[in-house]
Amino acid sequence: MDAVLVRNLSKSFGKGAGRRDALKNISLRLPVGSMTAIIGPDGAGKTTLLRLLAGILTPIADEIRVLDHALPQEALALQSQIGYMPQRFGLYEDLTVEENLDLFASLHGISHAMREHRFNELLTMTALGPFRQRQAGQLSGGMKQKLGLACTLIHPPQLLLLDEASVGVDPISRRELWNIIHQQVISQNVTVLLSTAYMDEAERCDHVILLHEGEILAQGSPEQLAAPLQGHAFMLGDIPTATRNLQSRIAQMPGVVDTVIQGDGLRIVMQEAQPPRLQDGLASYGQPRAVPARLEDAFVSLLFSRSVRHVVPLPPHRDNAHDGSTIVEVIDLCRNFGAFTAVKDVSFTVRKGEIFGLLGANGAGKSTTFRMLCGLLPSSSGKLLVAGLDLRKATAAARARIGYVSQKFALYGALSVQQNLSFFATAYGLSKQHRQERMKWAFEELELQEYATMNASTLPLGYKQRLALACALMHEPDILFLDEPTSGVDPLARREFWARVNALAEGGTTCLVTTHFMEEAEYCDHLVLMSLGEILAQGTPSEIKAKARRDDRPNPSMEEAFISLIEEHEQPTRRAS
Amino acid sequence: MKWMRLSGLMRKEVYEIVRDPSSIAIALVLPLVLLLLFGYGVSLDARHIAIAEVVDQPTQLTASFLAELESSPWFRPTIYPDRISAEQAMMRGDADAILWLRSDFTRLAYRSGSAPIQLTVNGVDANQARMIENYVTGAWLIWLQQQAAQGATGIATPVIADTRIWFNPSLRSRDYLIPGLIAIIMTLIGALLTALVVAREWERGTMEGIMVTPVARTEILLGKLIPYFIMGMGGMVMSTAMAVFLFGVPLRGSLLILFGTAALFLLTALGMGLVISVLARSQFVAAMVAIVTTFLPAFILSGFLFDIRSMPQIIQALTHIVAARYFVTMLQSSFLAGDIWSVLIPNALGMGTLCAVFLGIALLRFHKRLD
Repeated sequence: MDAVLVRNLSKSFGKGAGRRDALKNISLRLPVGSMTAIIGPDGAGKTTLLRLLAGILTPIADEIRVLDHALPQEALALQSQIGYMPQRFGLYEDLTVEENLDLFASLHGISHAMREHRFNELLTMTALGPFRQRQAGQLSGGMKQKLGLACTLIHPPQLLLLDEASVGVDPISRRELWNIIHQQVISQNVTVLLSTAYMDEAERCDHVILLHEGEILAQGSPEQLAAPLQGHAFMLGDIPTATRNLQSRIAQMPGVVDTVIQGDGLRIVMQEAQPPRLQDGLASYGQPRAVPARLEDAFVSLLFSRSVRHVVPLPPHRDNAHDGSTIVEVIDLCRNFGAFTAVKDVSFTVRKGEIFGLLGANGAGKSTTFRMLCGLLPSSSGKLLVAGLDLRKATAAARARIGYVSQKFALYGALSVQQNLSFFATAYGLSKQHRQERMKWAFEELELQEYATMNASTLPLGYKQRLALACALMHEPDILFLDEPTSGVDPLARREFWARVNALAEGGTTCLVTTHFMEEAEYCDHLVLMSLGEILAQGTPSEIKAKARRDDRPNPSMEEAFISLIEEHEQPTRRAS
Repeated sequence: MKWMRLSGLMRKEVYEIVRDPSSIAIALVLPLVLLLLFGYGVSLDARHIAIAEVVDQPTQLTASFLAELESSPWFRPTIYPDRISAEQAMMRGDADAILWLRSDFTRLAYRSGSAPIQLTVNGVDANQARMIENYVTGAWLIWLQQQAAQGATGIATPVIADTRIWFNPSLRSRDYLIPGLIAIIMTLIGALLTALVVAREWERGTMEGIMVTPVARTEILLGKLIPYFIMGMGGMVMSTAMAVFLFGVPLRGSLLILFGTAALFLLTALGMGLVISVLARSQFVAAMVAIVTTFLPAFILSGFLFDIRSMPQIIQALTHIVAARYFVTMLQSSFLAGDIWSVLIPNALGMGTLCAVFLGIALLRFHKRLD
């Protein structure tokens, strides 16, 4: 039997000239007990599809049957059998963990006698037991997502719809979320349909649907999707230095679909099943060896042919911009919020022109540290110098040396792309001529010309991110702060974004970045791993990984290293709570 | 409809109200401030009118007239030596009016039986100017009457108007402002607060989470309606108690009718709030729409501050879709006159129609869908 059966489903929004097709003639079947992932670039229609299946959008279709209910007529009956977790799960932030659960239990008609048992079960599963009386607004991002999932599961659903449940969640919480979801599938025979920006999550599903501009580009098991690319993937190992530089050079070679930094090497995907021919100076790096293809390769190469991708060339390496001098210095930095210490004795230095990564679990103190560095928040104690100055006390001129891209891309939604750029340029006091030059630069380099007159609020996520980057770069700052700039952004847009960051760093701009994507941490020159407000480890990506090396795990990935180091550190605290 | 789901939603709403300072501010603090402000501060009565007196030739007769003005609570007279300095006082804003008794005042009073006085009023505030004119004329007539009674002068007594003021004999504007104010407060709680809290659910994404549960849309609507209805009635009790015990406004009608009227109005206001929140899904837009379509009309077009009968025809017609108009009339009648059925019934019918329309629209337009 099929849990979901969809024939020729279409959906469009808006009327007249503003009409936009979100889904075009989609057909799909999900067998009961299967686990399916929807992947695709931003604006592909993933959220729309999930909302349609949850019965909260009006469809145009030959047939939609979900759990044997015809939609949209039988939406109400369906809704007592499904669990749907929207992208931003709306927890009531003024209500405690228990009160949130209570509300959803009431809405699902769970008797009071049953509740206690179910609550205990869910709170144990999510490890939220100790926080039962805490208001949801005071939970960390990862805990909020877990509570959202618990609310969704309060009445054991037959179909679970999850819309990017793990966006903005640290690797540890992400693993916990996945364990819960898996448990549901195995023990309750729940059918799961989820959308995700993480390819490793999609790889764990039985079935993957690749959506692109409202159409299904490909579907099948992860192995089936990766199969055509077997023989296309290669690994170039043991690159001593300047990995980013090499990556950029290889990416520009003809026939190369994708290159990513992985550990100490480069992973290369070719258009044909032939290894890349490394000539000239590149030959010294040795011959790339063939590696098995994976789902991400399929994703990138399927979209490679469809969208014109811009390869960002690296600017010439400016040696004087990388003279090894210190540009950010932090000594014994502390920050308290009442009795709570968010940042405790943090010290590190950032050298000019490097990419500096700040990693840590949700609530580890990364954003607080960032805000102090930008001068948005005063420190409780400690020394803090950015470009030789304390930005909290510095003049506007000194502040103009930094650029900041926040998690939520602080853009003016009602202004067009052009107006946003112009506004930020004016705010930084650029002269008229200089302003026009920079806007021209932004339109060309970040390819925003096409969207110049579109309002920022209606831009696809990837373009919003580009625009936010452009706005932060209008005044050509020396130091760029990027706070989780790639959360929820699809793999392709993420690659492009990192290519730009690489180019900036190569040109001498120091980039400080926080991220939850561990593969992105590989791009950094220097990493600081934070946990519970303290620095746990710092060094190059290889040094960090070396710290997590065990006999049973001789070659840990960045994600494994992250999880094991943080869990080790947080163990005593977790036990205490 | 299932009681468990409804009670769950209502309990959630109560927690949110209790823990969110902004809704308490709108529901309790704002009404309190408005009541105190209007109760003590704002008054439409003209008291202590600064009047500049110029007497060209003081005599016993002029003195007796000025004494009459002096003894009145409405006036605060000041003597100026000549007309020029009195005019300057009016320019400076020190005087609201100039009363000029010319040199021939006494002579004409005895001889021809009619003594002219000249009153110059600052007409910038037309309302107050008219009041000053009436007050001075009244004082003048009273003085004339007294003079005639004493037979002191040969002044002919003109027709004396014997005025009786019903319902609010001491003409305290507070007595009719406060009942009107209650309508404003109920509009705030019913329409503005409700529109805001529903819009907040859209903004924070909580509505989407709620929608995909087996909850029925009537339950979502009632889950909002009932808590804010109770809160609004609480505001009504508070306002009524303050009106009667603190400001001494009489309550001549029955409590039952008063609260019945209030309940009907509150439902109408809640209906408006829900309609707004169905259309506006951001708090900013909801607040703007609620203020422009409910709060301001309740202030301006309800007859609370400005008499509807003196408005242009087209505006008068427009007031019929302002629910507060009916409520203000009914409240003023309940407080100042009593249960006057000929007032209550047509107004209740008008309000009931609006109530049914708004709640009907809310019910029809609110779907468990995002598009």
